[in-house]
Amino acid sequence: MNSFSYHRAAHPVEAVKDVNNQSDAKFVAGGTNLFDLMKLNIEKPSHLTDINRLDLGKIEVLPNNGLRLGALVTNAATAWNKDVEENYPLLSQAILAGASPQLRNMATNGGNTLQRTRCYYFYDLATPCNKREPGTGCSAINGFNRIHAILGTSETCIATHPSDMCVALMALDAKVNVTGVNGERTIDFADFHRLPGDTPHLDNHLEHGDLITSIDLPADHFKTNVAYLKLRDRQSYAFALVSVAAALKMEGNVIQDVSVALGGVAHKPWRDRQAEEQLKGQSATAAGFREFAETVLSGARGFGHNTFKIELAKRAIVRALTMALKNESTILSDLSKA
Amino acid sequence: MKTNYTGQPANRVDGSLKVTGTAKYAAEFEAEGLLFGYIINSTIAKGKIKEIDISQAMQVAGVVQIFTHENVSGLAWFNKSYKDMDSPPGDPFRPLYDHKIRYSMQPIGLVVATTFEVARFAASLIKVTYKEEKLVTNLQDNLHRSKKAPMGKVGYVQPKSRGDAESVFAKAEYKIEGEYVHAAEHHNPLEMFATTAIWEEDGKVTLYDKTQGVSNVQLYISNIFGLSLKNVRVVSPFVGGGFGSGLRPQYQVFMATLAALELRRPVRVVMTRQQMFSFGHRPGTVQRVAMSADENGKLTSIQHEAYGETSQFEDYTEIVVNWSGTMYNCENVKLKYELVKLDVATPTDMRAPGAVTSAHAFESAIDEIAYAVKIDPLEFRKINYAEDDQVEGKPYSSKELRACYDQGAAKFGWSGRSIEPRSMREGNQLIGWGMANGAWDALQMPAKAQAVLSLDGKLTVSSGTSEIGTGTYTIMTQIAAETLGMDINDVTFKLGDTLMPMAPLQGGSWTAASVGSAVKAVCEEVKAKLFKLASKTKHSPLSGAAPKELTMAEGHIFLISDPGSRLSIIEVMRLTETDSIIESGMSGPDPAAKTTHSFNSHAAVFAEVKVDEDLGTVIVTRVVCAVAAGKILNPKTAGSQILGSVVWGISKALEEETVMDNNFGRFMNHNLGEYHVAVNKDINDIDIIFVEEHDDLVNPLGIKGVGEIGIIAVAPAIANAVFHATGVRVRDLPITMDKVLQLAEEDKNQVRV
Repeated sequence: MNSFSYHRAAHPVEAVKDVNNQSDAKFVAGGTNLFDLMKLNIEKPSHLTDINRLDLGKIEVLPNNGLRLGALVTNAATAWNKDVEENYPLLSQAILAGASPQLRNMATNGGNTLQRTRCYYFYDLATPCNKREPGTGCSAINGFNRIHAILGTSETCIATHPSDMCVALMALDAKVNVTGVNGERTIDFADFHRLPGDTPHLDNHLEHGDLITSIDLPADHFKTNVAYLKLRDRQSYAFALVSVAAALKMEGNVIQDVSVALGGVAHKPWRDRQAEEQLKGQSATAAGFREFAETVLSGARGFGHNTFKIELAKRAIVRALTMALKNESTILSDLSKA
Repeated sequence: MKTNYTGQPANRVDGSLKVTGTAKYAAEFEAEGLLFGYIINSTIAKGKIKEIDISQAMQVAGVVQIFTHENVSGLAWFNKSYKDMDSPPGDPFRPLYDHKIRYSMQPIGLVVATTFEVARFAASLIKVTYKEEKLVTNLQDNLHRSKKAPMGKVGYVQPKSRGDAESVFAKAEYKIEGEYVHAAEHHNPLEMFATTAIWEEDGKVTLYDKTQGVSNVQLYISNIFGLSLKNVRVVSPFVGGGFGSGLRPQYQVFMATLAALELRRPVRVVMTRQQMFSFGHRPGTVQRVAMSADENGKLTSIQHEAYGETSQFEDYTEIVVNWSGTMYNCENVKLKYELVKLDVATPTDMRAPGAVTSAHAFESAIDEIAYAVKIDPLEFRKINYAEDDQVEGKPYSSKELRACYDQGAAKFGWSGRSIEPRSMREGNQLIGWGMANGAWDALQMPAKAQAVLSLDGKLTVSSGTSEIGTGTYTIMTQIAAETLGMDINDVTFKLGDTLMPMAPLQGGSWTAASVGSAVKAVCEEVKAKLFKLASKTKHSPLSGAAPKELTMAEGHIFLISDPGSRLSIIEVMRLTETDSIIESGMSGPDPAAKTTHSFNSHAAVFAEVKVDEDLGTVIVTRVVCAVAAGKILNPKTAGSQILGSVVWGISKALEEETVMDNNFGRFMNHNLGEYHVAVNKDINDIDIIFVEEHDDLVNPLGIKGVGEIGIIAVAPAIANAVFHATGVRVRDLPITMDKVLQLAEEDKNQVRV
């Protein structure tokens, strides 16, 4: 770990200014990912701006009846918040499918969106990685890529975004509120993370010094008929091979609205709005769900060890939509005990 | 007060020390002026170091010294000086000896600084340039380079074939064959390898080390550094798990000793979790099994061949296929075990080495042949049950495997099983029931112990064995207290110090039998001495009593014929003006018994899985593990060992695998986030049964050791359950959803094993 200077900020504007003063300064909140990366010499910030004392730790109902999640509210407090549980159960389920209770108690909502990939090669300084060191090459494409992306990949990077929470935020059409050097702005969640392209070292569209202050959820949006399905190699404390946040708005057996986001398959939570449009107005059938899944995965490409994810993702979409239809608000690991 | 402690579920005598943090582990011993080392590991797998530039790192405030092959001298240069008690044949790895890189993550340097953090930071500034050479790490692609495994590792025996399995198989009507693969696995005990080395003015060094054998470390260090044995003391009172990884001295003890001797300062070196993937591991192994049976379910032929990986410099061997010749009656058995040299660290024994590898393939194949002849897999095993050791032609000293079958099956409800695959389900969850059995050696090694009975009636027994969490402190205290009829609270057992009488390495499930027998023997000596003294007392109820007329219980010596005529231990010592009784002794296996009998522990494991029909996810919902291991000294600590074994077996079956990237020759998931072991949520109901097994021949205590036997049959029982649930036989471990769904694409040119 490198030596670094440290400042505890009292106000968002001050925090932004503090990070903006140095080109390799970083914000720190829960630190659940950043500190690991620093110990491994993958992140080497010269300065840390501690934002834990900022007044961003509340969950509040907005005038339009949407919900604002403070950036510093922990993942655990968010998942167990009454408004979230009642009105956005998909988000609660997704958060609780991630990490471990200890991590969820430390990790914040803002930080969750900013966690780095879990690609083995990104974490190992002995191997080339374009995300860690642009231009060195991607070791995963011809390496062990079982956990890697099948959608939206590029020749330079096939890493995935590891978050569960973000998959639900994508499905729920969340917005990210940011304070930066040029003032405040709001980013649609769909536009928050990037695909790797030829800039795999960039995970998202934040500028240096941009501080996430909160995340907004729209009002009255997929309160029922939702399911978060996470498929992984053990029942807890493992990242998704494939995860699906599925939400339906039904009238009788007719699909009024649908939103499906995938995790573990791309550099960002993956959503196919065109496919969703085609599903709207249809009756909910297994065949229709499968056809939808085929469309969503139509551009998928496997790299050997991860090729199975293409078929697995299709099956997971069908299952998650079926669970959402039945309002089976549960993650898979509990099914066997049901 | 009852003093018949063995067989009772006594609490751990070291329990409160552990839960209060008072028990000290290797990295917790303090010394004034302590320095901290951080090990540098190679980033390539094969080649030479061209240059190590330490100039920038040396300038970091707090850095005291950086050791590399370029500045270390005075080490032994004979390969054999680096051999330890568990070395396989070959030339042991010599840390910091030369510029050659033999495997990825090989230790190549040590930064010593005033804090761990400074040392770690300085290490990041060291620039190493290499000349890389072509590397070979893919086992499956290199089976054609295999060579017969040589003799030389302690305990290794060449497999013996019999009959003509190939011809019988060729003509057989009912037959099956298959190839089974598992990748490397790493032990990952909770406690990382650590040494605190204390240099003393008179040239002595005391090493607080994480090890499964203090004597082995003493021997290794004294040979390498040219120190006499008496100048090297190794202390290891507690070990936070070993599983075999601590049988051979690990390189941090070399590093800490080197730095302490060179700098004449106390030095601590602790590995990081990532570095726990930089030495011995369970070798990736490819196995082929073929079997035939007649229409009545009698096995007519067995062929089992195994190809294990080893390093370029040592031939690590384990007993894999030999088990297949002993388990069942069969006249035609062909066995083969070979090694493939790869650019990897030398593999190391890991819980039930060889047997757990073997059982995965062999017991899966038994299930498959039972299905071929349409006989219930448990019934099939009973039909082919071997009463005697089929290789040695000798009877077992005891073998209650049938009782394991019966009691395990009853507890599990096996009779309610429908034999057809995919015949049991709940919604989209397919239910499968599978079983398997396993065996392990019941060994005893020579061991020494000392007992000191002091005037206050307190007994201290010691032996230089180790406590890797199995309950050694507790069972030795139980044995000593019972032998002398003393209150368990008046007995203290000490271990883990080369100043104590020598004990064998803590491995092979032999510690209870080996050290336990020595403890019993030495306590018998104390007892004989006490009887002699009691007889010498004047004007006491025991004056002139012959030893055979006396016995001990509840802290007293008394006449068998008249229990009221008695003296306490303290009274006997006072009356005879005895300050203390000190006895030393040794116990070893009975060579005569070995010529007439074979000694094995046995287990039968029953498992239930639920497999999602569409998604391929596997959950182990129930396991019953029935064990026959002679007398159980302490059902609580023994039960914990079996529970841990079953949990690990579930991990092995479904999750564990160290994945090698063959482009880099490097294990890639070298942390506990990505190297998956079972978490709480993976573990459901586990039932342990110890069946009654009486054995007068195995050793004076009638015990067999339970460290290994619990894990052996778990993975095949689960694999067989997955087959029963799905009709798919997954032959590669771990059994992941892609394999269950048969979606996995093999790409052998890239990464596997």
